[in-house]
Amino acid sequence: MQTLDELIASSPVFAGMPAEYLTLVAGCAQNAGFEEGALLFREGDVADTFYLVRRGRVAFELHTPDRGGLVIETADSGDVVGWSWLFPPFRAHFDARAVEEVRAIAFDGACLRGKCEEDPRLGYELMQRFAQVMIDRLQHTRFRLLDVYGGVGVS
Amino acid sequence: MAPLPYRVRSRSQETADTWTLELDPLGEPVIPRAGQFDMLYAFGVGEVPISTSGAHEGDGRLTHTIRAVGPVTRALCAADEDAVVGVRGPFGNEWPLAGAVGGDLLVVAGGIGLAPLRPAIRHALAHRGDFGTVSVLLGARTPADLLFVGEVEGWRSRLDAEVDVTVDAAAVGWHGRVGLVTTLIPGAPVDPATATALVCGPEIMMEFVVGALLERGLPIERIWLSMERNMRCGVGHCGHCQLGPKLICRDGPVFRADEMMQLLEVREL
Repeated sequence: MQTLDELIASSPVFAGMPAEYLTLVAGCAQNAGFEEGALLFREGDVADTFYLVRRGRVAFELHTPDRGGLVIETADSGDVVGWSWLFPPFRAHFDARAVEEVRAIAFDGACLRGKCEEDPRLGYELMQRFAQVMIDRLQHTRFRLLDVYGGVGVS
Repeated sequence: MAPLPYRVRSRSQETADTWTLELDPLGEPVIPRAGQFDMLYAFGVGEVPISTSGAHEGDGRLTHTIRAVGPVTRALCAADEDAVVGVRGPFGNEWPLAGAVGGDLLVVAGGIGLAPLRPAIRHALAHRGDFGTVSVLLGARTPADLLFVGEVEGWRSRLDAEVDVTVDAAAVGWHGRVGLVTTLIPGAPVDPATATALVCGPEIMMEFVVGALLERGLPIERIWLSMERNMRCGVGHCGHCQLGPKLICRDGPVFRADEMMQLLEVREL
C-alpha cells in the first residue's frame, strides 16, 4: 500500500518534484472520499482546498438560467481539481461534483500558500506546475470552442 | 463507371442529422473493404463520396452512414425504404489491418469519423486473436451526437477490448467523460512499441491526436489517418480532391501520418 507521500510523488502534477518540496506539500495533504453525487466544492465557495483524484470521476459544472446545468469538463485519476486556491479572491468558479464514488487527496490551500510565502522557490515550483495544468485546460477549451464536430466532417 | 442500382433496405437515424442506410444490390454488388468509400447517387440530385460503415461480404449488402449537410446527403438521408439509389465503387485504399496483426490496435474516432472506422473495429473484434490489446477511443460533440450507441455499448461490455468515450459538453447527469479525445490517449492500454493507430475525424482533431500519439511514443509510421476532401470522380481524374501531390480518392483516403502531417500544416492546401 502506497503512503500519501508516494501517491503524491507519483501523480502527474507533482512528478519529478524535489523530495524536500514533496514533504512540504504532503504536510498539507490528507485523504478524502466522496459518494456519488456529492459536491467537492460549489461555485462561490471559499477555495481553501484542492484535490488530486486517485479514483473515480469529478465533473466541473456550470449552471445557467437558460441552459440549466452543464458539465464543462471532467477530471479522472491523476487529475487536479481546483486552482482557485492560488489566486485572489480564492473563490471557486464552478461546482465540482463526484459523478461516481471518488477517492482523492485533499490539499489545504491556505497551508500551502503559507509555505510558499516562507519559501518562494516552493511557490515557483508549484506555480509552474499549476500553470501547466491551466494551460492544458485553456488549450482544451480553445479547441472545443472550434466545435470541430459541428462542421462538415468525414462521412 | 455507371452507378449500380441499390434498393434501400433500411434507414435508421443515428443522431439529429445522421442516418445509416442499408442497401441491397439489384444487380452486380459492390464489395468494399474497411476504409474504402463508394460514390452514392441520389438520382436527380447528385453524387457524394461516403465511406462504408459496415461490410457484408456474403450478400453484397452495403452500409453507409451519412450526415445530412447538403442537398445530396439530405436526399440520401431522406430516402424511403425501397427507394433506389446509385452506387459506384469501391474506391480508395483500406485500413492497414493486415500490417497491424501481432501488435496492439488503437482506434481513435471523432464525430462521424467513427463510421469509416467501424468496419475496422468489427474486423479486429471478429479476429480478436490476431491483435494484442484493442482500444477504441471516441470523441463527440455531445452524448446525443454519439454514433452506433448500441453497438458501442456491446464493445464496452467485452472483456477483451477497451472502449473510452468523451464528449465536448454534456448536461448535468452525464456520467461519462467531458474533454478532448486526446485526453484519452495517455491512459489507453497500448504498447507503443507494437501498436498501430487508426484515426479518423475532423482534420484538426487528427492533428492533435497525432501529436498526442507521438508523445505517447508511437512511431509516426504506424499512425494512419483517413482523409476527406471534395471527391468527385473517385478515380483520380478530376483533381477535385487534390491535397498537394496527393489525390485523396486515388492515393487514399487512408494515409500514413508522416505522408499527411506536413501537408496539413500548409494553410493554402
